[in-house]
Amino acid sequence: MSSERINEIVILSGKGGTGKTSIAAAFSVLAGEEAVIADCDVDAANMHLLLKPDFAGSLDFFSGELAVLNQDVCIRCGKCADVCRFNAIPFIENQYTISPLDCEGCGYCEKVCPSFAIVMKERKSGKVYTSTIKTGGIMVHARLDIAAENSGKLVAKVKKDAKDLAKAGNKEYIIVDGSPGIGCPVVSSLSGANYVVLVTEPTMSGLHDLIRVYEVIKRFRIKAGCIINKSDVNEAQSREIKEFLLAEQIDHLADIPYDSAFSSAMIEGKTVVEIQSPRKAQVEEIWKQIKIITNKNNTI
Amino acid sequence: MINNPPLKIGIASGKGGTGKTLLSTNLAAYLSLTQPTLLVDLDVEEPDDFLFVRGTTQSITDQYKMIPVWDEKACTLCGICSKTCKYHAVIQLGSIILVFKELCHSCYACSELCPAGALPMQKHKMGEIKTITSGNLTFIESRLNIGEEQAVPLIHQTHERVEKTHGDIPLQIFDCPPGTSCPVVASTRNVDFVVLVTEPTPFGLNDLRLAVETMKEIHKPVGVVINRYGIGNSDVEMYCREAGIPVLAKIRYDRRIAELYSNGQLVYDKIEDMQTSLDNIIKAIQNVVRKN
Ligand code: SF4
Ligand code: SF4
Ligand code: SF4
Ligand code: SF4
Repeated sequence: MSSERINEIVILSGKGGTGKTSIAAAFSVLAGEEAVIADCDVDAANMHLLLKPDFAGSLDFFSGELAVLNQDVCIRCGKCADVCRFNAIPFIENQYTISPLDCEGCGYCEKVCPSFAIVMKERKSGKVYTSTIKTGGIMVHARLDIAAENSGKLVAKVKKDAKDLAKAGNKEYIIVDGSPGIGCPVVSSLSGANYVVLVTEPTMSGLHDLIRVYEVIKRFRIKAGCIINKSDVNEAQSREIKEFLLAEQIDHLADIPYDSAFSSAMIEGKTVVEIQSPRKAQVEEIWKQIKIITNKNNTI
Repeated sequence: MINNPPLKIGIASGKGGTGKTLLSTNLAAYLSLTQPTLLVDLDVEEPDDFLFVRGTTQSITDQYKMIPVWDEKACTLCGICSKTCKYHAVIQLGSIILVFKELCHSCYACSELCPAGALPMQKHKMGEIKTITSGNLTFIESRLNIGEEQAVPLIHQTHERVEKTHGDIPLQIFDCPPGTSCPVVASTRNVDFVVLVTEPTPFGLNDLRLAVETMKEIHKPVGVVINRYGIGNSDVEMYCREAGIPVLAKIRYDRRIAELYSNGQLVYDKIEDMQTSLDNIIKAIQNVVRKN
C-alpha cells in the first residue's frame, strides 16, 4: 500500500447532535496508528473526551489584531470612534475606550488617529495541542478562546499540523472531525479532503441541514458518503434522505438504528467500538468500506 | 404590563443538536397562546425553526453587507488599499486590484483612505430576513446565503430590525447559534437571560461548561434545561449544583418527542409534562429578571 498520497477523510454533519463526533472517534480508534486525528470542531471540541489525548504539546494561537488605546497621549478628538464601523470605541466617563468584544481588528482607527494613540496588537485566540491518544495514534486538537472569532484560521492550523505529522510519520489517513455550520470553519475543514462522511439523522431539520452543507461540499467537488444515524426514528424521513443521496450520487454508507450504546460508551469515556453491542461490528464494517472507497479513489 | 420593556430570552447551547430548536419553537408557540410573542431564528447558518412554524409570510427582505468595488479608471495603483486591509480582502496583482468579498469585514478603511476615490462601497447581498405571523406569534427567520462566511453582520442586522419593527412585543425569544465564538456573543448581547440547553452526557457537560464561561464573559444570567433527561448520568446536575446554576427544567427522553420533532411537529400540546416544563422555565426566568 503506497502512502504517497494521504487519505484525508472529513466527518461532517451540518448541525451537531447527529453523532458525528462519536462516529469520528470510533473511526479514529479503529484506524489506530495508521491515522493522524484532527479535531476541527474547535468551538465545541469533544473528541478528547473519548480519545484521551495527553496534551503533551501546546502552543498559543494568534490570529487577527486588537486595537489598544493609550489614554496618556489621546487628545479625545473622537476621530477613531467616527470611523469605527463596529461601535467598538464608546465614549465612557470622558474618555474613548476600546471594547475588545466588539473590535474586529480592522486597524482603521489606528490609521486616522492624529496623535498615534492607537496601536494594533496581535490577538491570542486559542491554543493548539499535539497529543498521543490512547491507541498510540497522534491527534491535533485545539481550543478556541471564549468569544473569539472562529475565522477558520485555527481550523486551518489544526489541519496543517495534522498533515505535516501524517507526512512525517508516513501515515495513511487523516481523520478530521469537521466543524458545524456552513461558514469559514467548515470551508477550512474541507479544503484538501479526499472524502467526506456526512452523518445525519432522519428528521426534517436533518435533511434540511444536509442539503445546505452538501451545497458547500459540492463547490469543492469532493466525493461524499452518508451515514443515517438513528435511522429508525422516522422511516419516512430516512427514505427521503436516501432519495436525496441517490439523486446527488452520494454513497449511502449505512443506516444505524437508535442505540443507547453510543451514550453508554461515552459515559465510560469510550467509543462505541470499545464496548460490546451490535454497533461495534457495524461501525467496523463502515470503516472498512470507507477505506476501500478512499483507496480506490486514490488510485484512479 | 404595557409600559414594561419586553422580556428577551436567548436560547443557546455549547453545540448544536441538543434541543435548542425544540425548546425555542415550543416555548414560543406555547407562550403565544396567551400573549403576543416573538421568535427570532438567529442560527443564520443553519436556520431550522421555520420547519415548526406554520403561518403567513408577511415579508422577505434581502440583507446586504457593504463591500468595496474597484473603479479601474480612477485608480492610480498607489497600493494603499492592499496595505490597509487587515483581512487581505483587497490585493494588488500587477495593475489589477482584486476584492475578495467573502473576506471583507465592511470596515470601509480601504474605501475611505483611497486617495483617488477608486473603491466606492456597494451593497452585496449576504442573506434574507423573513417575517411570518401565526396568530399571536411573530416569527423572524434570518438566513445566510451559502458561500457567505460571516454570520455576525447578519445577526447584528437582524437585531436592529427586531428592535425597530417589533420592539413592542412583550415576549421575545432568540434561538441563537451554537458554540462559544463571535456569533453566539453577537446573538445574546442584548438579551435579559440565556437558557442553555444541554443533555446529560459527557459531551453535553463539556459543552455546557464552555457555554457557561462564555455567558460569564458577557455577564448574562443563565439557567439550564437538560434535554433527553435519563439517557446519561447525573454529572450535569452535579455541575449545575456546584456552580450555582439553576436547572429550569428536565425534559425526559421520550421517543415520541424524537418522532414528532423528526416530522416538524411541535410537542407541547402532545406530551403531558411539556407544558409544566415550559411554565417552570418562563416563571424562573421572570423571577430572575425581575430581581435584577
Ligand atoms: S481596529 Fe477597527 S474595529 Fe477595532 S476599534 Fe479600531 S476601527 Fe474599531
Ligand atoms: S483618534 Fe486618537 S486622539 Fe482622537 S480620540 Fe481616538 S485615540 Fe484619541
Ligand atoms: S488605494 Fe485606491 S488608488 Fe490606490 S491602489 Fe487602491 S484603489 Fe487604486
Ligand atoms: S472594507 Fe475593510 S475589510 Fe473590506 S476590503 Fe476594505 S479594508 Fe478590507
